[in-house]
Amino acid sequence: MRKSGGGRMWSLRFGRSIRGAPSGGASHWGGLSPGSRFTQAAAGGSDGRQEAAGDPRRRGRVYQNPTWQHVEQRPLPEKKVTVEVLDHLERLALVDFRNWEGVQRLEKAIQFADQLHAVNTEGVEPMDSVLEDRCLYLREDNITEGNCTEELLRNARETVEEYFIAPPGNIPLPKLEERDTFLQVSE
Amino acid sequence: MAASILRRSLLIPRCRAGDVAALHSGPSRRRAQAPEPIASGRRAGNCPAGERGVAPWVAVVGLEIHAQISSNSKLFSGSQVQFAAPPNSLVSFFDASLPGTLPALNRRCVEAAVMTGLALNCSINKKSLFDRKHYFYADLPAGYQITQQRLPVAVNGSLSYSLCVGGKKNQMVTRTVRIKQIQLEQDSGKSLHDDIRSQTLIDLNRAGVGLMEVVMEPDMSSGEEAAAAVRELQLILQTLGSSQAIMAEGQLRVDANVSVHHPGEAYGVRTEVKNINSARFLARAIDYEIQRQIKELENGGTVMNETRAFDYKLGCTIPMRDKEGKQDYRFMPEPNLPPLILYDTKSLPANTNHQQVVNIDWIRERLPDLPSVRRVKLVEQYGILPEHSFTLLNEDGLMEFFENVVRQTQMNPKKVIGWILNDMLGYLKQYNLKVKESPVSSLFLADLLNLLERGTISSSAANQLQVVPSAPSGSCPPVLLLLEPSLLLPTKPRNMPAASRSSVGPGQAGSLR
Repeated sequence: MRKSGGGRMWSLRFGRSIRGAPSGGASHWGGLSPGSRFTQAAAGGSDGRQEAAGDPRRRGRVYQNPTWQHVEQRPLPEKKVTVEVLDHLERLALVDFRNWEGVQRLEKAIQFADQLHAVNTEGVEPMDSVLEDRCLYLREDNITEGNCTEELLRNARETVEEYFIAPPGNIPLPKLEERDTFLQVSE
Repeated sequence: MAASILRRSLLIPRCRAGDVAALHSGPSRRRAQAPEPIASGRRAGNCPAGERGVAPWVAVVGLEIHAQISSNSKLFSGSQVQFAAPPNSLVSFFDASLPGTLPALNRRCVEAAVMTGLALNCSINKKSLFDRKHYFYADLPAGYQITQQRLPVAVNGSLSYSLCVGGKKNQMVTRTVRIKQIQLEQDSGKSLHDDIRSQTLIDLNRAGVGLMEVVMEPDMSSGEEAAAAVRELQLILQTLGSSQAIMAEGQLRVDANVSVHHPGEAYGVRTEVKNINSARFLARAIDYEIQRQIKELENGGTVMNETRAFDYKLGCTIPMRDKEGKQDYRFMPEPNLPPLILYDTKSLPANTNHQQVVNIDWIRERLPDLPSVRRVKLVEQYGILPEHSFTLLNEDGLMEFFENVVRQTQMNPKKVIGWILNDMLGYLKQYNLKVKESPVSSLFLADLLNLLERGTISSSAANQLQVVPSAPSGSCPPVLLLLEPSLLLPTKPRNMPAASRSSVGPGQAGSLR
């Protein structure tokens, strides 16, 4: 997608279309699940698409005649992130924004993602995995791994008798007032 | 106003933790000066409002139970599941969250979850999703736990359990608690706190083991109910084989959410009680927490939404880690796992690899008899009381013992059950033995009861034999023990059939009068 700022918005009305060939080898994606949305969509497609499909496994399912629809892009509001939210994020995710430039980068990223709001997603189910029509591979209940204590402990700087060493507990980030951070300055 | 406050504070000491469930029942209680502020049972409406307008309290208890799935390997990796093993020896690269590793779902864990869902009358979601729950702790190397928050495997079930109510605890009632959902999730590692050197030792053997989280709706109102429900769930899991559910080994962990409120008002603030290691402590922990909250609110304080740990030595709950506000777990879909699809015979597509398919109907057909069904069968087959069937199933191995004795003795099962439950079980409890460790075998007891039936010995004599702790193991038949003539009853020869006369032994026949 192009950067916002005067450019036009194009949205592909027919959603997901690219299907690669199933990958071989030891992957946890199984074969295509039968009766998936993918095959139904193909069946319901128009003649042009069916002709162009050919052998699904070799050609992929790229629609030959996509339909683009122009979407009027409303100028998105500039997102401002409050100091409370920044403090909350620093505490939760243990990120360090370091200075205001870091915060600006965050705001730009939010704006970039907000472009998605301009797309009409009515009646379309949200997708949380690109390969959602694939089968989840089920492994047999056999013991195939383990017994590599030495190798694992080599990754740690400090170990004690085959245990990893960690600090005594979670040390929470001190409150905003008690910390030495650029976030305080603004207050 | 001041007077009523004064009276209320006088009433509090009368309320003992153990009496919570029983307080509301029986006329003797109502005759007391004023009804104590009690955590009453489900029949909140029947609870007397009190002569002085002291509103009764109702406790609300919801449980979250984590049951470790009984499988050979872990949920998402091929490392072994074993309780005691050298530290960090059962850890694969994925369990240690080394970069570049991916989860691969264990089929046996899915089947265990489906079995449990079916046994608890849940509807199984044919499509379920995996999510990541983020929080930082040293025993969670990845920084997130793979769980099923949005769409779990099973939802909307119910669990029926029974408990004894009434003043003498001899009336059995059946209650039901709704199951909100059952989900698959990963276990975290184990952390050992070394306070001397101010450090924590991390053992990842347990990290990644499959857990079934059973979330119950807050339908319970006392520690006793919670303990009964957990016990029933434990029996169900053990019968199914989906989990061994041994609380002592941490295979069954219970967290209780407790709150109190006045009937008719909104629910109060709840606290979470963790670190409950056994069924015994569960009831005590919940009852203590209920009382603590009531005391706090009656004294004008407020209950904080916090996590508390149960200290079994002190018998009280103490605030746990310092939580900085409400934990935000930042749930997100697990990008490495597509949805889990389950099938039944109708939706099973043709030409599929059997190993890749979990068929709900196939599992349903192979479900064993659940404890409730077994109890009904015992009552029908042997004519014993329902309460007896409960005790038989509650003690590990007792039902088999009982059936073995019944098979080998001529005594009526209704009488045998008395010997089993009163004498046998009492004797085992006295010396803190499990049924498997009993020096008295079923054969021994059967022989003993046979002698009793025939009138060879009196019941008091039979009792005497039982109380000797170092009695020889049941390998030698009881007749050899009856060397003392005094133990034999005076019987006329015609009462003794020829066969038993010979079994007594030639030397002893002379002592029979």
